[in-house]
Amino acid sequence: MSDSGSCHGAAPQTVNRKAGHYIALVGPPNAGKSTLFNRLTGLRQKVANFPGVTVEYHVGRVRDESGRDLFVVDLPGIYSMTPRSEDEKVTHDVLVGANLSLGKPDAIILILDSTNLQRHLVLAAPVLALGMPTLVVLNMADDLAARGGSVDPAALAKEIGAPVALISASTGEGVERVTHFLRGTGARPIAPAPKFVFPILQTLPARRRWAGRVGLQAGYTAPAPPEWTRRLDRVFLDAVAGPLIFLIVVLGVFQGIFTGAQPMMDGVEHLINWSGGLLGSYLPEGVFRSLLVEGVWGGVGSVVVFLPQILLLFLFIGILEDSGYLARAAVIADRTMARVGLQGKAFIPLLSAYACAVPAIMATRTIEDKRDRLATVLIAPFMTCSARLPIYTLLIAAFVPNTPLLGQFLGLQAAVLLGLYVLGFIAAVGTALLLRSSVLRHAKTMFVMELPPYRRPSVQTLLLRLMDRAVIFLQRAGTVILLVSVGLWILAHLPYENGKPPAIEQSIAGQIGRAVEPVILPLGFNWKIGIGLITSLAAREVIVGTLGTIYGIENAEKDSPPLIESLRKDLTPGGAYALMIFFAFAMQCFSTVAIVRRELGSWAWPTVQFAYMGFLAYFGALLTNQVWIAFR
Amino acid sequence: MVDTSGRRSYPESAMQLSFNKGGGETLAQLRTGDRAYLHRLDLPEEMSQRLMELGFLPGTIVVAAGSAPGGDPRIFRVDGSDIALRRDTASRLYISAQPLSEAELL
Ligand SMILES: Nc1nc2c(ncn2[C@@H]2O[C@H](COP(=O)(O)OP(=O)(O)OP(=O)(O)O)[C@@H](O)[C@H]2O)c(=O)[nH]1
Ligand SMILES: [Mg+2]
Repeated sequence: MSDSGSCHGAAPQTVNRKAGHYIALVGPPNAGKSTLFNRLTGLRQKVANFPGVTVEYHVGRVRDESGRDLFVVDLPGIYSMTPRSEDEKVTHDVLVGANLSLGKPDAIILILDSTNLQRHLVLAAPVLALGMPTLVVLNMADDLAARGGSVDPAALAKEIGAPVALISASTGEGVERVTHFLRGTGARPIAPAPKFVFPILQTLPARRRWAGRVGLQAGYTAPAPPEWTRRLDRVFLDAVAGPLIFLIVVLGVFQGIFTGAQPMMDGVEHLINWSGGLLGSYLPEGVFRSLLVEGVWGGVGSVVVFLPQILLLFLFIGILEDSGYLARAAVIADRTMARVGLQGKAFIPLLSAYACAVPAIMATRTIEDKRDRLATVLIAPFMTCSARLPIYTLLIAAFVPNTPLLGQFLGLQAAVLLGLYVLGFIAAVGTALLLRSSVLRHAKTMFVMELPPYRRPSVQTLLLRLMDRAVIFLQRAGTVILLVSVGLWILAHLPYENGKPPAIEQSIAGQIGRAVEPVILPLGFNWKIGIGLITSLAAREVIVGTLGTIYGIENAEKDSPPLIESLRKDLTPGGAYALMIFFAFAMQCFSTVAIVRRELGSWAWPTVQFAYMGFLAYFGALLTNQVWIAFR
Repeated sequence: MVDTSGRRSYPESAMQLSFNKGGGETLAQLRTGDRAYLHRLDLPEEMSQRLMELGFLPGTIVVAAGSAPGGDPRIFRVDGSDIALRRDTASRLYISAQPLSEAELL
């Protein structure tokens, strides 16, 4: 599982040098390194159609026929051997042997995009000059042929003195030549001498002239320009149609998250209720049944219901990323971002923070400027991550009537949800402005963004990614949320008096909740919500599970009513809106705190960030509830 | 320069002209659809190096391919790829209508 695609910031693995050789995948951004890596190793590193997807090294294992292990390492893309950002530094360190846990690679697979061969060959010069055994892979052969381009790999190999393979990593065409090369490096110690000493070309213009000459010798015919990309860009970047399309897509998605996911969510909910009921009827009455039905089913089940909705959101983000539209969105957003002192590149991590802040914070590595990067890390947790979705959906369903606003196309519930997303964005942008005019003041930086051609998102890739997401979500439900639910159930049943558990208000959990109640009462929250706020420090969606458990225990005698109805009894509308505001701002996520610490290398920033966001959350919620009380 | 679809005119060019007095035309003045030879990058070393890696080498043909809604950033087609640049960066890239001479290339 990739750490760039999950909600966990797993530390990178290492290779076992004794067990086998290791081969580094090197090349310019978006050339298809991760696609090839996945094909070779059977893993599922994140692949998407914009430069700068991979920001950390990832180790995969290939076992050849002799049973030897061979390691392949996927790396961030580089434009040259001079690193300018954190992700490029990762690759650079590996190539020069400065990465202590990996050491120097035994061989290199250099991946170039064959549809733009001559410019990509510019990178070949310094990489070949490293003198390591290198296979040059010309990727995207399918695209090259479709657009009428061609190249003679054998002639190119003769020109550069290294083997060349023309392949298509996404269709698998020609990949056996790469496997063949790997087998060669795996079976015998690698002879370090390439066929001839490569001339070291100092300047970029010199390298580009060399690349042009080599391309010519290799019979390279550049493909016709990508007509579809140009047509689509004329529409998507049009002064009027562009922003309009963007708006329609966004509104449509929010409505879709509500109405489209509903039948599936109802289905999951029925399944959980049914299985919980079944379990209850088979088990003898007693502590164990209560723990399982109220603690586990009530807690974990109420979170699992939201799986379809979260998958729908990921599907949408996946389509944006894979099609190439995201790079355009970054360009469109640059002007707005520039006003708050950020740059368009920051838009990509910020957008991926809509899924989860953890990979988003890692993705800031592509931002060259240190202060730009720091500012982006600090504001990313304000973006509405998918863990907030269950809380928002639940509260909206309980307290917001679904009045149609734009006919069938947009209802009030979807509009409130959209409003909360916008609020998160405004908080992020406002904080950026604040940082820029105080501690992170500096001159404007440069924005450069390469726009890849549009590609049709592959259904298979999208489905696999959704499956991975579902597994991660269920794992979290099965670990963090399960543990918290069980722990809470225990605390809600202690201390025993006269051999009987206390009423929940008198239990340890209840006492903790009532201890914080005075602080949160002005926000419209009672002690039950208080318990939820504490448990959700682990992860935001835990509050939903916690409320599920608490209401389950409270209603243990009767058939428990749906979560929504219990919430309506417990919260005023003012309190409900205050709770949404609280979660919009608060940094209730342990993984995010941990990744900020890791990426910025100190506890100071995450501490400040946590306090600042908590402050905003508390006073934002207070204001909301008090305004509601005043105008009721 | 060929003017194929010069639909827009840019109001800020007056300001930029006075700013670049004597320095010649820049990429920022190129209208959508126009092309020119890149002549010189007037940027700090690090920035010009990055742009050169992306294909903005002196002597290369650059085509103004479009822009974001609102006209900034602009998109340039250079050495086979489309690259977005802010207008203020583009206004530091000087162009010429003629190919560069051998001497200028080095
Ligand atoms: N048509 C075609 N598309 C491909 C091929 N290989 C990869 N792609 C697409 O190219 C895009 C980039 O692929 P990645 O594997 O993410 O590229 P990368 O080199 O790892 O990119 P970074 O991690 O950003 O450096 C994706 O949209 C892929 O689906 C290919 O052989 N043919
Ligand atoms: Mg990659």
